[in-house]
Amino acid sequence: MATSSDIRYLTPIAVDTKRKKYCRFKKSGIKYIDYKDANFLMKFVNEQGKILPRRLTGTSLKYQKKVAQAVKRARHIALMPYVGDLLK
Amino acid sequence: MLNRYETAFILTPVLSEDQMKEAVNKYREMIDKFEGAKVIHEEKWGLRKLAYPIQKKSTGFYHLIEFEADGSFINNFEIAFKRDERILRFLTIKLDKHSIAYNEKKRAAKEGITENASLKN
Repeated sequence: MATSSDIRYLTPIAVDTKRKKYCRFKKSGIKYIDYKDANFLMKFVNEQGKILPRRLTGTSLKYQKKVAQAVKRARHIALMPYVGDLLK
Repeated sequence: MLNRYETAFILTPVLSEDQMKEAVNKYREMIDKFEGAKVIHEEKWGLRKLAYPIQKKSTGFYHLIEFEADGSFINNFEIAFKRDERILRFLTIKLDKHSIAYNEKKRAAKEGITENASLKN
């Protein structure tokens, strides 16, 4: 039987990563995500201009759909790039 | 049934000042002529850099019109946009109650009517 000291973990035990994610729109009571203010929408887009998934941002399904629609509208009227190195 | 719409469109930058005004007036008159429709708010963002080139142009005049109109008006309104070659791109949105409240609050805050700090929307 391997004693506890022999056990070597492949990856270090991540204790603190499990932070409770919350939907920032529900918390701050934002009801409408405006497709016109691009720098607010930049927070939900990664460097290449792709929309961040819910599992990273923690937003609820209802508001994630609103964010996605606002980003796509902003892209349509060229306020945000479809692809690009954004924050570099 | 009267709905609230918001149209954002981009004019090509090669236009002279009065051509640009004339283009915008054309759409404003279209709205006023249609019975029951009226323009509520207009915004001119002026020349802005586009995030990606459209028709080989990298800047454009942004213009925004918020208006109330019957649903049947939108179809030929957009046909007029499609036909006009001065317009690079346009986007018409139907506003629901949340977006109407948002726009009103922004306008009120901008005019400084509400003295207190612009409340987090």
